[in-house]
Amino acid sequence: MGINRRDFIKQLAGIGGVALLGKDVNVWAGEPATSLHDSFGVIVDTTLCVGCRSCEKACNQINQDLPRKAPQSYKDNSVFEKRRRMAADSYTVVNRYNNPEDSDKPVYVKFQCMHCTDPACVSACIVGALTKESNGAIRYDPWKCIGCRYCMAACPFQVPAYEYNNAMTPQVRKCTFCFEQRTSKGKAPACVQACPMEVMTFGKRRELIKIAKRRIEKHPDRYIPHLYGEHELGGTSWMYLSSLPFEKIDFPKLGYVSPPSYTEPIQHTIFKHFIPPLTLFAVLGGLMWFLKPKGVKSESVLEEENSEK
Amino acid sequence: MSSHENAAPVKIRFFTTGVKVLIAFMITGLSFGLYRMVFGLGSATNLTDQYPWGLWIGVDVASGVALAAGGFTTAFLAHIFHREHFHAIVRPALLTAMLGYTFVGIGLMFDLGRWYNIWHPMLPMMWQGNSVLFEVGMCVMVYLTVLYIEFLPVVTERFIGQVNLPGMLSFFNEPIDRLLSFLDNILGKVMFVFVIAGVVLSCLHQSSLGTLMVISPYKMHPLYWSLLSPLFFLASAIAVGYPMVIFESMIASKSFGHKSEMHILTPLAKFIPYLLGIYIVLKIGDMIYRGTYVYLFEGSIQSRMFWLEFGILTVLPFLMLLSSRVRSSAGWLFSAATMYILGVLLNRCAVFFVAYQPPFAEKAYFPTIGELALTIGLIATLMLVYRAIVSILPVIPAPEKEAVRE
Repeated sequence: MGINRRDFIKQLAGIGGVALLGKDVNVWAGEPATSLHDSFGVIVDTTLCVGCRSCEKACNQINQDLPRKAPQSYKDNSVFEKRRRMAADSYTVVNRYNNPEDSDKPVYVKFQCMHCTDPACVSACIVGALTKESNGAIRYDPWKCIGCRYCMAACPFQVPAYEYNNAMTPQVRKCTFCFEQRTSKGKAPACVQACPMEVMTFGKRRELIKIAKRRIEKHPDRYIPHLYGEHELGGTSWMYLSSLPFEKIDFPKLGYVSPPSYTEPIQHTIFKHFIPPLTLFAVLGGLMWFLKPKGVKSESVLEEENSEK
Repeated sequence: MSSHENAAPVKIRFFTTGVKVLIAFMITGLSFGLYRMVFGLGSATNLTDQYPWGLWIGVDVASGVALAAGGFTTAFLAHIFHREHFHAIVRPALLTAMLGYTFVGIGLMFDLGRWYNIWHPMLPMMWQGNSVLFEVGMCVMVYLTVLYIEFLPVVTERFIGQVNLPGMLSFFNEPIDRLLSFLDNILGKVMFVFVIAGVVLSCLHQSSLGTLMVISPYKMHPLYWSLLSPLFFLASAIAVGYPMVIFESMIASKSFGHKSEMHILTPLAKFIPYLLGIYIVLKIGDMIYRGTYVYLFEGSIQSRMFWLEFGILTVLPFLMLLSSRVRSSAGWLFSAATMYILGVLLNRCAVFFVAYQPPFAEKAYFPTIGELALTIGLIATLMLVYRAIVSILPVIPAPEKEAVRE
């Protein structure tokens, strides 16, 4: 992917250097990787959401391979009684949170895959079944997948879900950013388009950051001064504005370092041009030869001696 | 390349009471395995979207690999360091490693959702050099092949000049014999390449297993997340190699009615405090550097796990093995070795599912009876195969009395 910043970290980090990096989480502060500079993103303004679940309905309708759900089922507000998460049958969910300032106006938050700029799941995938497209989407190819679920262990947002009850052809399930149907053609994802309150804004990620910051500046009373996803994990395609601190609406507190920038330098240091393994091989070979006891008896001599006994 | 003249097939009655118990465990375990294959992971395990990895990854795969470290650590000592004294334990350790890794592969098949795609990482079009798991997978696959090659001389030694197929097949006796001699000849000359490769590959994937969870910095309990994790995994695998050889040798001796090989095991145990000491120093140093000792007394399941697997099952056997009295007493040595083996097992479980804290967990993961049964069943099967192989092939040193009689 030719990401300059990451290359820089790779060069910086020998195994010892890696240990130092662990303490400094600010290395990634700044704009996203250059090759994804033009990628798309979405801002979710949680202060506008009324919890109508139109986005959930649109998601189910456009993703025909998900189990069909009756359109009326999305009018059922009892789902807000408990916190939901994305699952193998739903790529997006809306949750309700108490608003400490005005208990009559709860806060609604839509969740889905964040489509990270430097995604842990893509770096983790053993066969490259998960890929990061240049438009920002993270896609999944079930035909490559071996079902190891390392992507799920790696995802900091606990997004990928698994079809545990499918014995033969289980798939990892997560939001596709409507890649095939919409975003590859430059159109907004189905959920964004379906929203009656214009909670979500689709566009180029770097433009969106400017828009979001302008909103925060203009309405300091309405938003906390934090665009979640701008810097978290080195940046995510989906970013959030909120009136409440993000911990209160179930966003994990994350550093600015993307997970792969911890593991990939270790991997690429150990395997740099295969030099370290070959060196180890040579050193061991040298030892083996050097330590060979002088006047060691060859196998045939030993055999003769044995037969004499 | 080495002298194993006194290794011989063990003469035993195969079906003892112990074996029947193992067969019962095997059948129970494999029935649960079959159940998982037919009805899927969801009905057989407690795995969820929150906890994608559980007992099978922690024990069957991660601990399986760590506890098979006796193979490369013994090969290093006997072949690279030329400590001829230890040759007698090379073959049993090699067999354990070979079976250990084979069962890691078998265990993995039950955990993989699309197990029939397990060969995909071999396809160049699917190579994913950024993936830690890709490296682990490739290394384990190559190392398993190396182990089989390293074990071949045991097979050739047994059958050269003794190929005796019945009836029509006897026509093939001579060509097979010649093939075996040819293999034996070639292998004798190039085996050193495989021995060294085995050590290199082991170092690579033992450490990379430790890198796996480094990708989840925000989900791991701080006591178990460190950039030095690959080094911890490597150091603890190296340290558990000899305890595993001691454990297995003593169980085999007991089971086959031989005397414990204390004349080899006591000197072997002398290395353990050094190796274990390196691991302990690394762990404590990292803890001080990152300041994670503050979590030691928080009373969480993770901190208790740490006290159990590190405080009791790692530091204590280390202290015990410093004493020469412990090292020369069969009972004490066995206890210390077993303790550290359990320590490594719990450490791997800690890293892969106890210290793993998904942000939206509803309830903690605990394995189902089926998951436990399959894990135990696979271990029982491994022990049965081990017993069968040592009674056919020259792996275990013949007890001294018999050697004299010859």
